[in-house]
Amino acid sequence: MNLTRQDVEKIAHLARLNITEQEMPVYVTSLSSIVNFVDELSRAETGAVLPMAHPLDGQHQRLRADAVSESDNHEKYQANAPAVQAGLYIVPRVIE
Amino acid sequence: MLHNLSIGELGRALRAGKTSSVEITRHFLSRIERLNPALNALITVTAEQALAAAAAADGRRAAGEQGPLLGIPLIHKDIFCTDGVRTSCGSRMLDNFIAPYDATVVTRLKEAGTVMLAKANMDEFAMGSSNETSFYGPVKNPWDTRKVPGGSSGGSAAAAAARMAAFTTGTDTGGSIRQPAALTGVTGVKPTYGRVSRYGMIAFASSLDQAGVLARSAEDAAIVLAVMAGFDPKDSTSIDTPVPDYSAALEEPLAGLKIGLLREFFDGLEARNAALIHDALKVYRSLGAQTVEVSLPHLPLSVPTYYVVAPAECSSNLSRFDGVRFGHRCENPKDLLDLYKRSRGEGFGAEVKRRIMTGTYVLSAGYFDAYYLKAQKVRRLITDDFRAAFAQVDLLIGPTTPTPAFDIGAKVDDPITMYLNDIYTIGANLAGLPGLSLPCGLVEGLPMGLQLIGPHFSESRLLNAAHRYQTATEWHMQAPRGYDQ
Repeated sequence: MNLTRQDVEKIAHLARLNITEQEMPVYVTSLSSIVNFVDELSRAETGAVLPMAHPLDGQHQRLRADAVSESDNHEKYQANAPAVQAGLYIVPRVIE
Repeated sequence: MLHNLSIGELGRALRAGKTSSVEITRHFLSRIERLNPALNALITVTAEQALAAAAAADGRRAAGEQGPLLGIPLIHKDIFCTDGVRTSCGSRMLDNFIAPYDATVVTRLKEAGTVMLAKANMDEFAMGSSNETSFYGPVKNPWDTRKVPGGSSGGSAAAAAARMAAFTTGTDTGGSIRQPAALTGVTGVKPTYGRVSRYGMIAFASSLDQAGVLARSAEDAAIVLAVMAGFDPKDSTSIDTPVPDYSAALEEPLAGLKIGLLREFFDGLEARNAALIHDALKVYRSLGAQTVEVSLPHLPLSVPTYYVVAPAECSSNLSRFDGVRFGHRCENPKDLLDLYKRSRGEGFGAEVKRRIMTGTYVLSAGYFDAYYLKAQKVRRLITDDFRAAFAQVDLLIGPTTPTPAFDIGAKVDDPITMYLNDIYTIGANLAGLPGLSLPCGLVEGLPMGLQLIGPHFSESRLLNAAHRYQTATEWHMQAPRGYDQ
């Protein structure tokens, strides 16, 4: 199955990616060839097979004591932020 | 020639007081300055910090401390967070990112007294098999600078082969340690999933990612892995099981070892490449191992399975790069959606965007069952094939890659051809198994890799089998021309 330009535009929107006019035809072609390539999986007989999400079966999420383990490093962390004011991350106005 | 010494030899010279960590560090730093411009193996060189760390290691030694890695210089792949040092992951997105903490791998190696010289170039977010997707440009293979070094740990592999450090670190999601190790003639180990902590290692596909080592021999890799491996409460998938003494097991005899030759790995393999693997099998038989042919019928589906599972996980993992808390932000966003879309569109390169979109597609409503769920089921079939094989044999053996290093630019326009480069390595990631690549010969002057795959937590056996081969042969001693000088 080949993807259309509209398909790729929808995927790009869902992925929150701006794709330029120049890039678009390349992605229509290459994503179509990838989808066709992975379609090979439909030939595998998987009737009662359980899906495998993790390479080591039988692992459980560990619990830990409900104790403080992190110190306040917000200044260090926010040093990497594009825009910070009074300890807050700044983004364009959301509410008019 | 300090750069040709093994980790063990460097350690003995340090203990005997014949050299110091500062001297070794200066030696490698001057090699980096001379060799890196032609190879582009490194993104950031941390000379000042390295000399300080070397002086500290010499101080620890003077105070009576020993330890096999005390004062030994290394290079970390730029996917590992290093406190106070830029950690770019090969991406424009993180070009300005100064990691605020150390990855557990970095912490453990630091505590062991290693000296970090630099951060290695890599495919962007570890997505690539040729190191051509890096924002910082392609890495050149020291065996022939027209060739790729493999990827995604291409900088780590080129740096290890060019003897820019005693060893380097890497990560392997679909072959990203083993494939570049094969293409540059070094020994690369991808441990069992969960053996080495993933904390502070920038995530690509969390159910597949695993950290490991690239070194010039299995003997060196054993020393490093013993320090890297072990339980870490900061990684929820870290396995709490003791780390064996890898070095102590290296010399164990191979008599009675059953090695399975993977039939599927020889379909379509060029005769002269296959011949090198058969030569290696002769060596193993002469060491007392038995070889039998085994078949993993679902293995040919590993590449399509991987190219559903890995992009799905990457599309989720990389959603954290939103231009708000860290990383690239576009100029003058008109609203929040514009900020997200343009920051991500500009910050990510072409292949990363392709994988995010592939993942978004296979996870989207209406396609989830047909692609993602289906791939997870085939993943189990592949894993069950491996389990059945390990009921018959101790180790599996085959080539690491279909061909030696290819030309830079040869495959960049065709993602499927590029993806098929990992056809022999991906199976071990899907099943969470440890794998090791070691040099086994040259084709037209370029190294080929022999791959060993074992059951979960069989790193000791893999290193032992690799070391015995390296005791009987000298392929691992070959250096790219001029780089042993």
